[in-house]
Amino acid sequence: MAKPLEQLDQVVIRFAGDSGDGMQLTGGRFTSETAILGNDLSTLPDFPAEIRAPAGSLPGVSGFQIHFSDHDILTPGDNPHVLVAMNPAALRTNIKDLARGGTLIVNVDAFTERNLDKAGYTASPLEDGSLDEYQVHPVPLTSLTIEALKEFDVTKREAERSKNMFALGLMSWLFTRPTEGTVGFLEKKFASNPEIAKANIRAFQAGYAFGETSEAFTAHYEVKPAKLPPGTYRNVTGNQALAMGLVAASVQSGLPLFLGAYPITPASGILEELSRYKHFGIRTFQAEDEIAAVGAALGASFGGSLGVSTSSGPGVVLKMETIGLAVMLELPLLILDIQRAGPATGMPTKPEQADLLLALYGRHAESPVPVVAAATPGGCFHAAIEAARIALKYRTPVFLLSDAYLANGSEPWAIPDAATLPDISTPFAGQPNHEGQFQPYLRDAETLARPWAIPGTPGLEHRIGGLEKAEGTGNVSYDPDNHDYMVRIRARKVAGIAADIPELGVEGDEDADVLVAGWGGTYGPIAAAVRRVRREGHKVAHAHFTHVNPLPRNTSDVLRRYDKVLVPEMNLGQLSRVLRAEFLVDAVSYNRVRGLPFTSGELAEAIEGLL
Amino acid sequence: MSANGQNGDGLIQLTAKDFKTDQEVRWCPGCGDYAILAAVQAFMPELEIPRERIVFISGIGCAARFPYYMQTYGMHSIHGRAPAIATGLSTSRPDLSVWVVTGDGDALSIGGNHLIHALRRNVNITILLFNNQVYGLTKGQYSPTSPVGQRTGSTPMGSIDHPFNPLSVALGAEATFVARSIDTDRKHLTEVLRAAAVHKGAAFVEVYQNCNVYNDGAFDFVREEKENQIRLEHGERVRFGAEHEKGVRLRADGSAEIVDVADAEEDKLLVHDAHADEPSVAFALSRLTKDTVGAAPIGVFRNVERPMYDELLQGQIDEATAKSGKGELAGLLRSGDTWTIE
Repeated sequence: MAKPLEQLDQVVIRFAGDSGDGMQLTGGRFTSETAILGNDLSTLPDFPAEIRAPAGSLPGVSGFQIHFSDHDILTPGDNPHVLVAMNPAALRTNIKDLARGGTLIVNVDAFTERNLDKAGYTASPLEDGSLDEYQVHPVPLTSLTIEALKEFDVTKREAERSKNMFALGLMSWLFTRPTEGTVGFLEKKFASNPEIAKANIRAFQAGYAFGETSEAFTAHYEVKPAKLPPGTYRNVTGNQALAMGLVAASVQSGLPLFLGAYPITPASGILEELSRYKHFGIRTFQAEDEIAAVGAALGASFGGSLGVSTSSGPGVVLKMETIGLAVMLELPLLILDIQRAGPATGMPTKPEQADLLLALYGRHAESPVPVVAAATPGGCFHAAIEAARIALKYRTPVFLLSDAYLANGSEPWAIPDAATLPDISTPFAGQPNHEGQFQPYLRDAETLARPWAIPGTPGLEHRIGGLEKAEGTGNVSYDPDNHDYMVRIRARKVAGIAADIPELGVEGDEDADVLVAGWGGTYGPIAAAVRRVRREGHKVAHAHFTHVNPLPRNTSDVLRRYDKVLVPEMNLGQLSRVLRAEFLVDAVSYNRVRGLPFTSGELAEAIEGLL
Repeated sequence: MSANGQNGDGLIQLTAKDFKTDQEVRWCPGCGDYAILAAVQAFMPELEIPRERIVFISGIGCAARFPYYMQTYGMHSIHGRAPAIATGLSTSRPDLSVWVVTGDGDALSIGGNHLIHALRRNVNITILLFNNQVYGLTKGQYSPTSPVGQRTGSTPMGSIDHPFNPLSVALGAEATFVARSIDTDRKHLTEVLRAAAVHKGAAFVEVYQNCNVYNDGAFDFVREEKENQIRLEHGERVRFGAEHEKGVRLRADGSAEIVDVADAEEDKLLVHDAHADEPSVAFALSRLTKDTVGAAPIGVFRNVERPMYDELLQGQIDEATAKSGKGELAGLLRSGDTWTIE
């Protein structure tokens, strides 16, 4: 008899296991199945920097959380309803997050004395009653997988490794996910080793069948597709969206893209992604170091390419001298900082928002650089185009800030119509601009941008460099008044961009008591928290900055409209410092630097604390 | 670097004067840089490349002012980074003739990493390293090519740093073109520039350059005493001296030694092969220095062919385009699993 199918409006699942257990792959596949089904979703991969930390150890635990629903959601969820724990260490590090009464599926085969010991358990938590408040399903995932694969020509070790697919199959049954995509995926992934492909598919199907037949599970669940706005959707991570956004910026500007990059977590994915798009004429250059990466990008910009360099905090610090040169040269250049927890090597795979002041002020002397910040994984796409637009139009280096949460997290993304994307092309100089001569620093009266004359243009030969330039001619100048003028005009040029960016929008209540002002990757948790507090009947508003330098021109008006301003940041108070300094508002900071995105619960509490 | 910026419209009648700018040249009077600038400006018309397709990129230091004095495109960038910046320019603009002008501190201290990587990648650029064995612009500190014992502002008791030999470094990085010349030897310097300019890929040229203010006479042993110049000619036996009475011979261990031709059999002398695949003999020649033998080879040490970086990258772009068709944005955005909500 078929088991009953129960309806749920949303579910949060966390897969947790050893870093070698394939939890990211498992979570990724479950996400793809969920996306195809049409749920709204948000994911949070959370993994250690070590590729294969010691097996069974607490630091080696890798997790993947997915929140999916039949309605619009904003975050990967605070507390999972279902936890899949592949070993005792995964149980120990994750059980505290499982919602009360939640479902716990554990691989009992991994609960050996040795593994319990490594996880710091003196007695098995499966037997000591400590898990009584959860619905515990002990499943011998390993031995069931080996049993299912006994007729295959694979080693026991290879069979064991397929246990994640068994778990995926079980979860796919439990939440009624479509399975064709995963079968196709496994066929393709292991195309060079068909036996392994077949074994993984069998493990996946065996897990699904186990759910159907085992008495351990009395019902399964369905989450209907979400009623998202009409359109064609795909699932994207922030890094994928950034890579596509950079391609779009190249197409929409008509300029070839040159990416200079050095491998660094969590930015490397953009380099890898773009290196696959060579048929767009994209040149990717893996440089000898971070400095060469941005130097080559600047050299390419000088030659008329859209020069881009991608990195994370420790790499960005090394690029700063070159970014300062780009400020002086007034050439377009994009620098992407996929922020991670620091200082120093810090926690390379974990998100933080602590590079804002670095982007704003991390160069010597007066060196203004526009800063754009992506708010959601999908929003990374438009942020890349916007950053490129500013860089090209104003001939300036531009920072685009993302973070490890946006980079690896994913969500359904309404695919934009390529035909509606903005034209961000900018003309090169082609003619002398001053009495038959070419003056490289003769500015456009409106934008204050200087002409961009690329090598190969006859008659416009000129020299630029890091020494101070005379306005107009661009000749080296030590004139005191000229320097004062040039410092101010470079600042004015960047400040003037405020007239050319959208005003700061406000979501929520017009007459709110508290304005929550955030920036960048905290959009989802803040918006979810504001919804929650409003549902409880409080008046709250949310403004979210995607342009941090210059700030939108109505920022002061918005901030002054509310009695209280709360600024949640994954740092110790960087935007709040800027807002206080610029606008003399008594912004209240809420700060967490745990290497994890905010939960909407903790933010809701922070908001309620101000009401 | 190859002269791949050839003008399709035929010969352009340019002269040295066409490559001078209106900027006052601000090196110290008597500086060797003047002679090099004059030689380069005089050589440029030979390239038959229009000025707008020539770019000079420099880092920081006395030599780095060079682009300001060349009526071409140019960039005076930051300390040590010129090879990296030139890599991005050359790779994205194969139609340009890209030159890097650098010094011993710029190229071998702060920019050492970029130099060796540009050379091993065979980026299509010509690197002119003006070696004066001292930091001039910061007023006379020792450099990575200063000999041990050199007394400078920062080494009052003499330098204790073992110096870099620029050519050994370049050859160690498997540069495809490695040469040396002397600032005041216009004829020889022009010959070397000519060979460097037609080379496909990274060409590295060390120019012995006199700093008459902080390190005067550092190269007098070859600059003034021409009998100590070991002139390398491809296919010729390596002989030198006032009467060509000395020669270079390889020892059994592969190192080079100086012998009196009178004592040695003529056919045991090294025949210079700039096109040898292996850089080891060129490396052995680079070890003949003022310190080791009181003489130094000048000319082209190594000149071999290897695919250029920009060509390889363009080849991959062409291959990807042939395979997948020219990239189409709408298709890219819709790639992967999609679903539609009505």
